[in-house]
Amino acid sequence: MSAMAKNAGMGNAMAAAKGAERTHRFHVRTPEGVAFSYRLASPVLRLAALMVDWMTVTAAWMILATIIGLLSIVSRDIAGMVMAISYFLLSQGYRIAAEWLWRGQTIGKKVMRLRVVDERGLRLTFAQIALRNLLRAVDGLPFAYLVGGLAALFSRKAQRLGDLAAGTLVVWEPVEATPDLSTLQTGKYNSLRGHLPVVARLRQSVTPGEARAAWQALARRDTFEDAARVKLFAELAEHFRGITPMPPEAAEGVSDEQFVRNVVEVLYLERK
Amino acid sequence: MIVNLEKFVTEERVQWEKLEAILNKLAADHWYALTLEEARELERLYQRASADLARLATFSAEPEARHYLEGLVARGYAEVHGGKSESTRFRPWTWLAQTLPQTFRRRAKAFTFSLMVTMIGVIFGGLAVAFDQEAKEVIMPFGHLLGDPSERVAKEEAADAGQLDGRKASFSGELMTHNTKVTLTAASLGMSWGVGTLVIIFYNGVILGAVAVDYVLAGEIVFLLGWLLPHGIIEIPAILVGGQAGFVLAGALLGRGQNLRMAGRLRAVMPDVVTLCFGAAVMLVWAGIVEAFLSQYHEPVIPYWVKIAFGVIEGAGLLWYLRRAGRKTETTEARA
Repeated sequence: MSAMAKNAGMGNAMAAAKGAERTHRFHVRTPEGVAFSYRLASPVLRLAALMVDWMTVTAAWMILATIIGLLSIVSRDIAGMVMAISYFLLSQGYRIAAEWLWRGQTIGKKVMRLRVVDERGLRLTFAQIALRNLLRAVDGLPFAYLVGGLAALFSRKAQRLGDLAAGTLVVWEPVEATPDLSTLQTGKYNSLRGHLPVVARLRQSVTPGEARAAWQALARRDTFEDAARVKLFAELAEHFRGITPMPPEAAEGVSDEQFVRNVVEVLYLERK
Repeated sequence: MIVNLEKFVTEERVQWEKLEAILNKLAADHWYALTLEEARELERLYQRASADLARLATFSAEPEARHYLEGLVARGYAEVHGGKSESTRFRPWTWLAQTLPQTFRRRAKAFTFSLMVTMIGVIFGGLAVAFDQEAKEVIMPFGHLLGDPSERVAKEEAADAGQLDGRKASFSGELMTHNTKVTLTAASLGMSWGVGTLVIIFYNGVILGAVAVDYVLAGEIVFLLGWLLPHGIIEIPAILVGGQAGFVLAGALLGRGQNLRMAGRLRAVMPDVVTLCFGAAVMLVWAGIVEAFLSQYHEPVIPYWVKIAFGVIEGAGLLWYLRRAGRKTETTEARA
């Protein structure tokens, strides 16, 4: 494979990764000129949260119904009324109350690390929470959230009709695993150390995604087949070498894998 | 560019943690009102965190700190730029005495439309039954309405007063929840550009018209009024209010004659739609109680004139409430 083709391949992979990232993120730019982004929740995660909430409501209802059932000792009629109203309030009001009290989260959303947020990044209002939940009546039609699911599928911001009306998004807040820096086998000679302009340029230009991809490649090196490992590190090294001009002593005579290791080390560890 | 990242993060983290503490305090209590000093501090810390995020964004290998700071700036942004927050506690009486009637009047056009659609349905249903008695089988949703009205009246009047004894309350609960579900569905279907709302409201009118004409033709007008007025005078307007909410939503979607974008239009009507939905639900709770505890009792248990008078008083009260309640504060706000 020619260098150009390799670069194109790497470039395509990086571009695809960035493209995919863009598709699932929603960016907000503040008046201060600072941008932050939300990761939009996938329909699968939302469905899982829905199932957890459904199980929560069912479990809560079993307990509540048992307690209300005790009322029938006094009056079966009153118990029947309290049952009907309580189930309605629990099934319809649980999500509204939970999302209001827990800033956009229900138990299901907490478990799946999802959160309802305002699409402009502003604070959620009660009206927003109430409306997005009231509109479940139409999102749930004709069965199994078909209308809501289809709306979310075709929406740029993955919004079901309730979200669209209320101006809300459901975002995913994953916990970022802290890189296990012990896998880097530091302490060895690093050809980049001492070339401060190169290190600075790398830190400035390498995206967090690229840095993490390189670190992951090193952390998992033993799981790759030999040929695949050589190819992978050759592509990564080629990509990082292309970022900034380097003095010969920084890049020559260093294997591709060691070069990638050096890059990751200066990105992650040099500041320590 | 940051020259010494470690030093930068170590120094700034103290400020970030201060900001986080204020944000956590706000998150823990929805109605917590910041003091002037705290508000100033929040804004200062938020501005600083924003600047730090902008600087940190130039670095590749600090994803954890960056994500942490992004989250913090996002939360800070929501608080600082969130506009008027709901810092005052919800006051049920103010909502009932002012917010609901004022909202109703503000969206009167949608209610009128809802009423017109119902009336067209009433005429359609009435004419259908007047000209073809077999239409009842298609139109009527409940089996007990399919028979001869006079036979039903005779049966009801001869029935034991205690026919609903032991299940009045549970019947009332079932009515409340069922009617509220239907009304909220009618409101929600505003998101179908109003088509779904239109269908539900029209069909409701068709049933009403069919039942009314059926009983009128059978000469059972007094029974009809005594049976329907006590609860219907609240229940039917409640469904119309649900339709009103749906049409307000549909109006925002269609955006005819409005310069705002769709998201802006929906945002503008959102509080009113929610208020109308909850208002309809409250009305249906009352209607459910009346239907179970009063409407199902006929002469000789309760004289019809008592039931009709009760319905008329309720109707007058509702009319006054929707037209006049909260006028004083409305005028004051308009002047301001």
